[in-house]
Amino acid sequence: MAIKLYLLLLVFLSSAIASFSLYEDQVGLMDWHQRYIGKVKHAVFHTQKTGRKRVIVSTEENVVASLDLRHGEIFWRHVLGTKDAIDGVDIALGKYVITLSSEGSMLRAWNLPDGQMVWETSLHSSHHSKSLLSVPINLKVDKDYPILVFGGGYLHAVSPLDGEVLWKKDFTAEGFEVQRVLQPLESSIIYVLGFLRSSEAVVYQIDSRSGEVVAEKTTAFPGGFSGEISSVSNDKVVVLDSTRSILVTISFLDGGDVSFQKTRISDLVEDSGEAEILPPRFSDMLAVKVNKRTVFVRVGGEGKLEVVDSLSDETAMSDSLPVADDQVAFASVHHEGSKIHLTVKLVDDLETVLLRESIQMDQHRGRVDKVFINNYIKTDRSNGFRALIVMEDHSLLLLQQGAIVWSREEGLASVTDVTTAELPVEKDGVSVAKVEHTLVDWLKGHILKLKGSLLLASPEDVAAIQEMRMKSSGRSKLTRDHNGFRKLFIALTRAGKLFALHTGDGRIVWSVLLNSPACARPSGVSLYQWQVPHHHAMDENPSVLVVGRCGSDSSSPGVLSFVDVYTGKEISSSDIGHSVVQVMPLPFTDSTEQRLHLIADTDGHVHLYPKTSEALSIFQREFQNVYWYNVEDDKGIIRGHGMKSSCSGETADEYCFTTRELWTVVFPSESEKIISTLTRKPNEVVHTQAKVSTDQDVLYKYVSRNLLFVATVSPKGAGEIGSVTPEESALVVYLIDTITGRILHRLSHQGCQGPVHAVFSENWVVYHYFNLRAHKYEVTVVEIYDQSRAENKNVWKLVLGKHNLTAPISSYSRPEMFTKSQSYFFPQSVKTIAVTSTAKGITSKQLLIGTIGDQILALDKRFVDPRRTLNPSQAEKEEGIIPLTDSLPIIPQSYITHSLKVEGLRGIVTAPAKLESTTHVFAYGVDLFYTRLAPSKTYDSLTDDFSYALLLITIVALVAAIYITWAISEKKELSEKWR
Amino acid sequence: MDKGKAVMGTGRRWAVDFSDQSTVPSTRDILDPPGFSRASPEQDDSATSRQKKDAEANWKLQKAWEVAQSPFKNLMMMGFMMWMAGNTVHLFSIGITFSALWQPLSALQSVGKIFEPFKDNKVELLMPKLVFLALNLGGLALGIWKLNTLGLLPTHASDWVSSLPPPQEVEHSGGGFVFH
Repeated sequence: MAIKLYLLLLVFLSSAIASFSLYEDQVGLMDWHQRYIGKVKHAVFHTQKTGRKRVIVSTEENVVASLDLRHGEIFWRHVLGTKDAIDGVDIALGKYVITLSSEGSMLRAWNLPDGQMVWETSLHSSHHSKSLLSVPINLKVDKDYPILVFGGGYLHAVSPLDGEVLWKKDFTAEGFEVQRVLQPLESSIIYVLGFLRSSEAVVYQIDSRSGEVVAEKTTAFPGGFSGEISSVSNDKVVVLDSTRSILVTISFLDGGDVSFQKTRISDLVEDSGEAEILPPRFSDMLAVKVNKRTVFVRVGGEGKLEVVDSLSDETAMSDSLPVADDQVAFASVHHEGSKIHLTVKLVDDLETVLLRESIQMDQHRGRVDKVFINNYIKTDRSNGFRALIVMEDHSLLLLQQGAIVWSREEGLASVTDVTTAELPVEKDGVSVAKVEHTLVDWLKGHILKLKGSLLLASPEDVAAIQEMRMKSSGRSKLTRDHNGFRKLFIALTRAGKLFALHTGDGRIVWSVLLNSPACARPSGVSLYQWQVPHHHAMDENPSVLVVGRCGSDSSSPGVLSFVDVYTGKEISSSDIGHSVVQVMPLPFTDSTEQRLHLIADTDGHVHLYPKTSEALSIFQREFQNVYWYNVEDDKGIIRGHGMKSSCSGETADEYCFTTRELWTVVFPSESEKIISTLTRKPNEVVHTQAKVSTDQDVLYKYVSRNLLFVATVSPKGAGEIGSVTPEESALVVYLIDTITGRILHRLSHQGCQGPVHAVFSENWVVYHYFNLRAHKYEVTVVEIYDQSRAENKNVWKLVLGKHNLTAPISSYSRPEMFTKSQSYFFPQSVKTIAVTSTAKGITSKQLLIGTIGDQILALDKRFVDPRRTLNPSQAEKEEGIIPLTDSLPIIPQSYITHSLKVEGLRGIVTAPAKLESTTHVFAYGVDLFYTRLAPSKTYDSLTDDFSYALLLITIVALVAAIYITWAISEKKELSEKWR
Repeated sequence: MDKGKAVMGTGRRWAVDFSDQSTVPSTRDILDPPGFSRASPEQDDSATSRQKKDAEANWKLQKAWEVAQSPFKNLMMMGFMMWMAGNTVHLFSIGITFSALWQPLSALQSVGKIFEPFKDNKVELLMPKLVFLALNLGGLALGIWKLNTLGLLPTHASDWVSSLPPPQEVEHSGGGFVFH
């Protein structure tokens, strides 16, 4: 019996493996992977004469990467964890990239050419503070060139060779914050300048050999400092006082004395106001932003300040860069219309312009955010400059010789929301024949394929087959195909830019940076399908709705933007004049198939969009049946609201409605804290309401869109895994009806802890959490069935249609439900879970689990089925029920990302193709990954590598054989007759 | 072989001609044997032909009954085959079930043709036909029963609700976490 079971399991597993794994030569046929790094924070050029020219960047997505300066490709890249933000990056000894991260407590060295980690040092830190990385160029201590790191109250000197801490100085007791580390030339004494309680400037002179404090000078400054600092030379720094109206020049003399020199900003420029020191560092000069103007202030020999130039606010500046003959230059970039102007000037003499270039931008990328420059010697011995610029849409461009050498769309590393859109239908004018090959080519291709499948192909043939597959059948065409394989994924990024990515090859079809009349650059919040014409209004293009916000807090006014999906043009952008806290797409569309949306604001009012009388009449009809709820996770309350009446007040219009609170679910704050909520996807298609078990019994699924899954943990257990004992922590999950607020089901897991990752589809929820007692991750499945419809079992009534199974149901007709659940161990930590979705919902489902290794695992829903038992009966086995095991299997072949990693994985989106068996899967993080999945194999179509030539040849051969045998038999019969 | 050929080659040695059917003695050079009367068979012609016809009718009826009962054997064999095939749906069991359904159906269709040879004014064919029909219907019933045991008949509630879409919901709600 056991052997039989084992064999059966083997059969299942082998079939399962076959269903999602792919062969090596199938990689890249229907999947694509794009690597990004994120918005660049720091950049260090490495352009020695020998070797490949590269730039080392660190980004806001916590990536440190080395980019090819010629083409912008990634040489190597490391994605640090989400909590490991990079504070500084530099190159030491010309061969190591040094990164400081985690608020100055992690120092790592990477090998410059290949990105291998050389060493890692965890520095002691006691509290959070700003951190500072300084790699002095000519500070030499016993053949070593120490790196100075300040973080968490300690100053460390670290050897760049092996990461050993040479010495450390404890500043925690004083609360001293190091601002600058200065190092006079040819001296072993380093000056450490910092502020004490923001009112005293302290200069320590430290022996760089031992870390001994040689001298200490504290000078109180009654005005207090504001923190921003600009070092202008080796013995001077400039700071702003706490009122931000006085510039203070701090000079420290040889003896360690400190002197202040105050200059009012109003003395420098007429229109005074709050000033701000800009981060770029120049020698003997600083840039101050006053009243939306950038003012360059030169620092004279005795600390005298004078204004030398002023620029408009839209200008970004680079740090200064030494060029030949002791000259120092800096770059400034500002943009004007669709052009950007790059200017490189000498710091000493702002009149001398080394370079002035105007570059036409190919698309709208917003303002210039950051500039990094680098110089090189041209063949005629003059200085040439290349500038790396970061735009407002997070894209990274390299400018050289008046042109954009390369650009990287780094906005796609911070995708916040994704939706799908159809491509336009093929017009009659565009002939398919042009794209398809001629018959001869077609046949040739198939004969090649046949050779490949019969193992007769030479290596050249194999290469040709692979190439043919890669560009097969116009998979990157910009029109809709019969199977729905070609689609657009619309991605909204944190920078407020919308990208349309083609599923065929992942290229950007169009991109648009959001605009708003009210504010310069609204931040994107979420994305909805606004208009999807497929029954009426076929001449209208589909469009998406982008909800944005002018500002960062929830009460700031919202912006709605409508973007045409076919063209990528913003149709309209409107300022809605109220805040946006929630957006609810309603299940109604108007005559032009625009979906009705309700937008809730902070006052508890809801606003109906589109603002048309037709939409209003549709909404009025369903007025009593529309509800909304909000989850206040900080208070542990879920509130349900119903519609009440039209808004009153002078600003209200007829599309504004007030709500009344109908119910609240209050979780006891001392024992439960909401950590996760989830509903079904509103556009999910469910094929049937019945679930048939092996003995022909029927269970009716409780399929409702108004179900909310809520997971709570004990407040103590909300922290890191392992921070509590099993006795202190409990995980409770609820299923709540969002119309009535009724708790339909409650399940408590003692000794378990979050984080909870869940997926809700049809009538089941699968969630992943940590079991503290077993020290393992667990996955639980809960399936919900309707008890009140279970009586519908009379065949004759069903045959005659005398049942109420398709009658509309209301949540107020007290649902009787029961659940089935089961738990399993799961060997991995999980980042996100999604589920496949198909056009009609017939195909069996797979869970897509984003693992901690940034890969995506496809797990059949059959593995998380509460009907699994230890010894399934023969009938159950035939139905595909897998014998119960304590943990879920991870089959290496079922990683749909095969050998790739989606670094920094944050979300997985699935969308159905037209072909029922197939689903699109799009995963985003720092990287993007797309593939097509067929959870039950492609049962409704022939595979791409189906050999039509073989079929054709077989048919021809059969026909020929029939004729030949017929002729032979005729002949034989004739000769028989003559005998 | 050579012998045979030689025999064949020499031709016929002798032959008796049985084809002499002449009834007139004068035309024959050989007289009838004594006591033989050529006319005697014609004397009780009607009686013997009736007897003959009765025998034929009896024989036909007997044969008709045999034909009528023939599905019974078939039925038994079908039953055995079905028992052998088991209750799971696979190629063998489906083939047997469909042949078990097909045989009675085709037999029922051609019931007239089957009893055509036994058609006679004197033979009462109704009973054999009825038995034949009954047995075939029994075979059909067996086939259907087998179909049902295979689970291929929509006799369960599950067969009627498995493609019912979920019901519409009257109320609609939306919401969730507040946008941060």
